[in-house]
Amino acid sequence: MQRIGVFVCHCGTNIAATVDVKAVAEALRHEPGVVVSEEYQYMCSEAGQELIKNAIKENALTGVVVCSCSPRMHEATFRKTVAAAGLNPYMLEIANIREQVSWIHKNIEEATEKAIILGRAAIAKVHLNAPLTAGESPVVKRALVIGGGIAGIQTALDIAEAGFEVDIVEKNPTIGGKMTQLDKTFPTLDCAACILTPKMVDCAQNDKIKIYSYSEVSEVKGFVGNFDVTIKRKARYVDENKCTGCGLCTEKCPQKKVPNEFNLGLDNRRAIYIPFAQAVPKIATIDADYCTMLKSGKCGVCSKVCTVGAIDYKQQDTYVNEKYGAIVVATGFNPIKLDKYDEFAYSQSADVITSLELERLMNAAGPNGGTLLRPSDKKHPHRIAFIQCVGSRCDDGKGKSYCSKICCMYTAKHAMLIREKYPDTEVYVFYIDVRTPGKNFDEFYRRAVEEYGVNYVKGMVGKVLPEPDGTLTVRASDLLNGQQLNLSCDLVVLAAAIEPDNSARPLATMLTASMDTNDFFTEAHPKLRPVESPTAGIFLSGACQGPKDIPETVSQASACAAKVIGLLAKNTLKGNPCVAHSNELLCNGCSSCEKVCPYGAISYSDKEFRINGKMVTRRVASVNPAVCQGCGACTVACPSGAMDLNGFSNSQIMAEVDAICKW
Amino acid sequence: MQMVNKEFKPKIVAFCCNWCSYAGADLAGTNRLQYPAEVKIIRVPCSCRVNPMFILRAFQRGADGVIICGCHPGDCHYTTGNYYARRRMTLLFSMLDFLGIEKERTRLEWVSAAEGQKFASTMNDFVKTVTELGENKRLEDLRCKK
Repeated sequence: MQRIGVFVCHCGTNIAATVDVKAVAEALRHEPGVVVSEEYQYMCSEAGQELIKNAIKENALTGVVVCSCSPRMHEATFRKTVAAAGLNPYMLEIANIREQVSWIHKNIEEATEKAIILGRAAIAKVHLNAPLTAGESPVVKRALVIGGGIAGIQTALDIAEAGFEVDIVEKNPTIGGKMTQLDKTFPTLDCAACILTPKMVDCAQNDKIKIYSYSEVSEVKGFVGNFDVTIKRKARYVDENKCTGCGLCTEKCPQKKVPNEFNLGLDNRRAIYIPFAQAVPKIATIDADYCTMLKSGKCGVCSKVCTVGAIDYKQQDTYVNEKYGAIVVATGFNPIKLDKYDEFAYSQSADVITSLELERLMNAAGPNGGTLLRPSDKKHPHRIAFIQCVGSRCDDGKGKSYCSKICCMYTAKHAMLIREKYPDTEVYVFYIDVRTPGKNFDEFYRRAVEEYGVNYVKGMVGKVLPEPDGTLTVRASDLLNGQQLNLSCDLVVLAAAIEPDNSARPLATMLTASMDTNDFFTEAHPKLRPVESPTAGIFLSGACQGPKDIPETVSQASACAAKVIGLLAKNTLKGNPCVAHSNELLCNGCSSCEKVCPYGAISYSDKEFRINGKMVTRRVASVNPAVCQGCGACTVACPSGAMDLNGFSNSQIMAEVDAICKW
Repeated sequence: MQMVNKEFKPKIVAFCCNWCSYAGADLAGTNRLQYPAEVKIIRVPCSCRVNPMFILRAFQRGADGVIICGCHPGDCHYTTGNYYARRRMTLLFSMLDFLGIEKERTRLEWVSAAEGQKFASTMNDFVKTVTELGENKRLEDLRCKK
């Protein structure tokens, strides 16, 4: 018989307001095996933990039940407490009477009754707990960063700074991500390229960092400290080791009509290309969809002009296998497609553009060399309308329900830059709310209004009508003046909502990392563990976790690096002792368990047993505890009941079922 | 919560996988989303850990409904566990139906860690359905009754 201590937490008033904690402690005191039952204001506080430790020592407890918040919150805390008092940390069970009782029920009687039942179930379970010891596994001291935008770059640089090796996998031919496409950055208006490209070069020159550009992660196996990753290196038809990035091939390629994705299709590039002058690595890539040589076998101009013989039309996709201790997801974002928002005439008029397209139009390295011209007739625009929240804060199912966070600030920036460079141009901004929290952000917005004379109009735009004379009529309501506006503009800029990159969802499946309904990665805890995924060893950096501006992305990226460094600094990791084990006497060697194991943790061997005085050789299953992750699929597949799971054994769960059904 | 029959309160056992549904239940709690106290949650590592025996045992001990919640297909923390759960439960639920435990008393739902709202509404709906069905008398071991 176990000697069990029950500790009921008030959690201030979080639990005590709806659960009669004294009644719970009193009721549970009379359960079999319970020798002490106490309640305290904050069990997780130092004094609360001391109370538990003392009770364990004074009463020689062998098992502990804490009735408190979710085990996802404080199980680890109380395990440490129990271990500090000399008990095995796995002799602890938690009854979740906050998230599952006090926070969802209003009736005190009902809530108290349920809390008692949950406490009974935990007591019933702890009776059957057995001490468990975690195995140890070595940590591979190398990190993988998926995505080479500013988030991935910052994380990789910080990890490398601490002396660990980092690999960056980037799906595009160059690292740099969205920030390379930006012109200036708010709120300081420094040029994006000036602050980003040195970091890109640092990555390339750092001997701890290896860049897999034009590559994708195709398979992930293993677990924290020991991931086994397959990286697909897409054929770029150029030998990376030979190409010097001279760019001669990109000038001579006769296929000139390829939409340039770096400039968002506002101009054209060649079939062989280097995305932009400061690309890292600066290596040419052949676009197989447009290359005449690859499509019809007739051309070969690039291979003729290449002085180092780097062109290889026969190149195939290759696969690289690497081992990593930690994986960082930094897959970033994209503006949404605007096909559902045709009231703004995006598909009908070339002069209705997105904010990212405006960035390119205003960028000195952009299609117009930095002069702001209308895409349709290359004329100077005299009146520009900005439409905010296109697809953001939409509950109509068409767009995103969340705020994209960055649009208010970049629109203020665009408006300010345009007014500064072209004082004759009128700028109107149509908004629902202007949201500018952040250091120096509101000051920045006020400058746009007060110093630069940008016209902010509260109200949404109903329609944008392309007129025969090439202008655009913006129909909007001015909510503050209660007027309908018909504004004739030369250029309309849409602040499109941002969404996670479409590579994120398949990647999340590979990593078994959870996502929210908008396909942003979820963090282990929204406040206390914001850069870790609930899946151990997976870390989150940048906008893949939620909309973020650059300062926030960089701080999250560095925070993420700190967490990765903390993991890689360990030589070994304590594993999860809640793994499956097989009772060899019951096992009949049927292989059912082996077939359902997703990790290949089960193997078979012939063993000798003494049965009825005779030695008999039988084929029995055994589990490799270092590989088993403890899902329990095998325990259900086993027809003879030989497989069981530590910490969640058949008898333990049965005992919980019994306790719950007994009332 | 509107009870159809004020006297009858069903016993509901909910098995929740640790990674998605248990976290979804936590989120329902954090957001103070109400669902009936009749629901008692048992934490399991994965929906594939739920042995049909547990469900039989629950009905044997007087449960009126059993619900299993797991990660959405494709999102299982253990890659494939919820697929096993889905196959096993499809078989088990139809067998239970054959034995006289109505299909409405058993349910398998996918609830992600972000779906606190779905967790609460699923539980509200399930409790309502089971309450309407009334007490379960099949499979119950009368010796367990006091």
